[in-house]
Amino acid sequence: MMQASRHAGPADLPIGSDADLAWVRQQVRQAAAELGFGLVQQTKLVTAASELARNTLVHGGGGHVRITPLDAGSTHGLRLDFVDTGPGIRDLDQALTDGYTSGGGLGLGLSGAKRLVQEFEVDSRPGEGTTVTVTAWATVVPPSRTVP
Amino acid sequence: MQVSVSEENAEREPAAHQVSAFLERRREQIAQRWADAALFRTVFTVSRDEAVEAGRAVTAALAAVAATGRLDDLRAPGFEAVRDQLGRMAASRARTGMDLDGVAGEVAALREPVTELLRAEFPEPYAPEAQEAVLALTVLMGTLRLVVMETTVSAGEELIARQREQLHEVATPVIKLWESTVAVPLIGTLDSARSQVVMESLLDAIVAERARYAILDITGVPTVDSLVAQHLMKTVAAARLMGAECIVSGIRPAIAQTIVHLGIDLGTVLTRSSLADALAYALSEQGVEIAPLRAAGATADAGTR
Repeated sequence: MMQASRHAGPADLPIGSDADLAWVRQQVRQAAAELGFGLVQQTKLVTAASELARNTLVHGGGGHVRITPLDAGSTHGLRLDFVDTGPGIRDLDQALTDGYTSGGGLGLGLSGAKRLVQEFEVDSRPGEGTTVTVTAWATVVPPSRTVP
Repeated sequence: MQVSVSEENAEREPAAHQVSAFLERRREQIAQRWADAALFRTVFTVSRDEAVEAGRAVTAALAAVAATGRLDDLRAPGFEAVRDQLGRMAASRARTGMDLDGVAGEVAALREPVTELLRAEFPEPYAPEAQEAVLALTVLMGTLRLVVMETTVSAGEELIARQREQLHEVATPVIKLWESTVAVPLIGTLDSARSQVVMESLLDAIVAERARYAILDITGVPTVDSLVAQHLMKTVAAARLMGAECIVSGIRPAIAQTIVHLGIDLGTVLTRSSLADALAYALSEQGVEIAPLRAAGATADAGTR
């Protein structure tokens, strides 16, 4: 399980159209399957990637995603960085509230994606852009998250 | 055929005409040489005669183009006669796994044998007028190469557009399962365009079949994110407005868990794990019961056949 070099290094995929979203989903699913993610874990991560990639496209005006395979001894993980240079998120707490939407969606993209992965981080600067980083592991460690 | 020659091509006209005459005169020899070139040899594997015949056609087309003096014009009428054939040849090479570069290289390789023949026409192969003619031929062969590339690329684009259309249609059949019960098996990515097609064909079917139950089966949808869920809910709401009850079926365990984590509330939507369950529900709501034949024979309903 220690052969990290077995997997390819980070890969950057552009996000500029609906067709790119489908490609991102496919690539994330493939990368997760190769790392030994179970079907449920795969589905969760792909769904989170789909939400975040759409945010990058719709709210960030397009950008890219970096897919990085991780190796932590006994388990493998996948880190996804969604990067855009759009207007940024003005109120992060509000954006992370279920049901809040600035578009016409359900308002579950960002908050839902957060619940689908183990690690979630948003770095947003108004006027400069947003980077959302999520990490999921093939073997689920009991969640250390404390309920707010 | 267009005979008028534009101003800028007028200077090269003598050379172009010379090349045209040469191509006409030596058509047979050129075709014979081309039949042994990689492009023709590998496309027409069964019979060499076919390769020679194709070579004659291409040579004749080039001669026609040269005769009009429009050596570098992709739209020269002369090319039209062989455009289909060149496209088929390039497509046949592409099917063997060769990329565009490879095909371009093979078309470029056709120039050498003709150039040799052309030089041999002149008593002094490197005299200025010979050089003029060779230059004209080179331009012409370059244009041929572009025509082949353009044909290949546009054929690919056409194919993609056609397949996309087909996919939209193929992926959204509405099936009548029973009296007043229709189903749509959804397959693939449910983007906005697709879900619009689905909604339209489902609503049409509800009217046409006087359906009271509509089943949306998502077994073939790999990812259900919030946008897909929203599309589903809108379709369900529209069907409801038409007086049909909508059932979403084919919800796999992984999808169910994901929907819950995502926080999507499908509480207002009737769901079943399989299409069979959804159909059973629709039937029982209509008072139809499916039972083994023997048991059914004992009831009075047996006479409905």
